[in-house]
Amino acid sequence: MRPSAIRLLNILVPVKRSVDYAVKIRVNPQQTGIDTNVKHSMNPFDEIAVEEAAILRQKHKDAVKTIKAITIGPSKSVDTLRTALAMGADSAIHVEIPESQPSPEPLAVAKTLRAVIERQNSAAASDADKIDLVILGKQAIDDDLGVTGQMLAGLLGWSQATFASKVDVDIAKNEVLVVREIDGGGEEIRCKLPMVITTDLRLNVPRYATLPNIMKAKKKPVEKLSPSDLGVDYTPQLETLKVTEPPTRVGGGKVSNVDELLAKLKEAGIQAA
Amino acid sequence: MLRTSSKICRSALSRSYATAASPHALVFLEHRAGVIDSGSLSALTAAGQLGGKVSALVVGSSEHVQGVVDQAKKFKGVTSVLHASSPQYAEPLPETLSPLLEKLLADNAFTHVVGATSSSAKSLLPRVSARLDAPTVSDVTSLEHDAATGSTTFTRPIYAGNAVSTVRAPGSLPVKFFTVRGTAFAPAPASEADAAEVKAVDPVEVANPTTVHVKTTIAKSDRPDLGVASRVVSGGRALKSAETFEKTLYPLADALGAAVGASRAAVDAGYADNSLQVGQTGKVVAPELYMAIGISGAIQHLAGMKDSKLIVAVNKDPDAPIFQVADVGLVADLFEVVPELTEKLKK
Repeated sequence: MRPSAIRLLNILVPVKRSVDYAVKIRVNPQQTGIDTNVKHSMNPFDEIAVEEAAILRQKHKDAVKTIKAITIGPSKSVDTLRTALAMGADSAIHVEIPESQPSPEPLAVAKTLRAVIERQNSAAASDADKIDLVILGKQAIDDDLGVTGQMLAGLLGWSQATFASKVDVDIAKNEVLVVREIDGGGEEIRCKLPMVITTDLRLNVPRYATLPNIMKAKKKPVEKLSPSDLGVDYTPQLETLKVTEPPTRVGGGKVSNVDELLAKLKEAGIQAA
Repeated sequence: MLRTSSKICRSALSRSYATAASPHALVFLEHRAGVIDSGSLSALTAAGQLGGKVSALVVGSSEHVQGVVDQAKKFKGVTSVLHASSPQYAEPLPETLSPLLEKLLADNAFTHVVGATSSSAKSLLPRVSARLDAPTVSDVTSLEHDAATGSTTFTRPIYAGNAVSTVRAPGSLPVKFFTVRGTAFAPAPASEADAAEVKAVDPVEVANPTTVHVKTTIAKSDRPDLGVASRVVSGGRALKSAETFEKTLYPLADALGAAVGASRAAVDAGYADNSLQVGQTGKVVAPELYMAIGISGAIQHLAGMKDSKLIVAVNKDPDAPIFQVADVGLVADLFEVVPELTEKLKK
C-alpha cells in the first residue's frame, strides 16, 4: 500500500488532430483516403478528455500535480496541443511524424503512450511524479475505431473505464468511481489507480479557451519527440486497400399532407401494428 | 540427385504454405441474464462467412451459463460452444475476462476473435488484441477470407459513415480481432441440428481485481429493442421537452409497434435516455422504417440511420438536410401532424 497522504495525480491526455466534425468529407479520386485539405480541429472526444482533466484539478486543487497533453502527428498537430494547453494542460509532448505519413494505427499509438508513461515513471523520484491516470476520447471521429484506450490499458495491465459519463476520483482511497454508458443504460464501476478512462459525450461540456489562456499557452513547454526516440515502429499491421464513397441515397421528395404520407407508407407495406 | 532433393524441399514448403490454418473463429457470445444479445447472433453469421469452424464462448455466473449454452449450440454454423462460469464473470469486466481469453487463445489455434460492436465487446476485444500485439478492426460491415493466404479483407465505415474503408489483415497476423456491425449481418438462425460440441473451460480467477462492478441501470421499456427493431420512431430537439417527447412520439411508436430513438440534441436536453441515441456515437440502426421527427439530419445522426430501408422525415424546415436522404418528407409542424398521423394509422 502506498501512503495515501502524498498521493498526487499526474494525468496524461492524448489528443488527436482530426478533420473538423462539421466538414462534409470527400473521398479522393485515387481512392487512397479523403481530401484532407479541409478544416481540422481537436477530436471532440479528446476535448472532453482535456476538460475532464481540468475539472479534476478544479475539484482536487494541488492533488492534481500535472496535466500533460500528448499528440502524434505532423507539425500542424502542435495547434491541437496549444488548444489543450489553453484549456488547462501544463505541458505537452509532440511525437512528430512527416506530413505524408498516415496517422499510426491505434496499437502503435497505445505503444507510444506506454513508452512515454514508462519513461516518465521509471525516471520518477517518487510515486508523486508517476503518471497514474490517462484520459482519452472514446473514439476518433475520423477512423471511428475506438480502441486505443483499451489497448493502452491492456498493454499496461491497468484498469480501464470506457465510455465514461461520470468520473469521481477519491484520491485518498486511490480509487475512481466511473459511470459508463453501456447498451441499454448505464453501469457504475470502481477502479483502482493507475487507470485508463475513455470519455463519452455526456461526461462534460468542454470550455472555450479564453484569449489570455491562449496567450499563456504559447509559453507552456512542448517537448518534441520522434517515434524512434520511444522505440515504437509505425509500420501498419493492416493494409488499406481502398477508401470509397458509400452508396448515395437520393431523397424521394416531399408529400404535402398526412394522407399522402400514409399512402406512401401503405405503398411500402407499412401498416399499424 | 541434388535437383531431386531441392524439388522435394520446395514442394514441402509450398504444402505448408497452402495448409495455412483453416479458419477457426472464436465468437464472444454476449447475454444479459441469460438472454442472448442479438448483436452476437450477427457476429456468429459474420464468423460463419470466414468459411471455417465457429466456436462460441459463453461466460457468466453459473446460474445463466447453462441456459445460454443450450441455446447457443443450436445456432446455425456453431461447431462448438465453450463455456466458463465464475461469480467473477457475472458482469463482463474486461479486466477479469481478458486473462480467460488470453488463455483460450494460447491453448487453441483460433484464427479470428469476433464480437458484436457492443459496449462490452468494444471494451474487451481491443484490450486482449493489444496483449497479443494484434489490431482490432471495429464495426465491420462485410468480410472475405482468403484461405490460401490466410488473409481476411474487411470493409468498415469511417468518417461517420461518409467513406468506406477496405482493409486487409494479412495472413502473417496469427489472430485477427474484429467487431461486427449488427445491422450488416443477418442474425444466425436457430437450427434443429444439435451437433455442436460443448466444452467447459476453467475460469481464470483474477486475484484482487483492480475493477469492481458496482451496479447496472438498464432503462426499462416495453417497446422493441432499438438495435433490432424493424421500425424506429426518433425525435429531435424540436420535441421541446421530455414531456412532449413522450406525449407526441410514444403513441405513434405504439401505433406502429416501433422502438423509440433520439438525436443527440434530444438526449443532451434530457428528453430521452442516452441509450436511445441514434448516430455515430450512439446506436446504429437499419430498420424497415425510420421516422425522423423534428430531426435536422446532422452528419453524426445520419451515420446511425442512413441504411434504413424507408426513411420518413417530418420537419418544419424545408431545407433541413434530413430531406436529402428521406424517401418521404413532410414539411409541417410535428405537433400538428404527428397526432393526426397516429390517429389515422389506428383506423
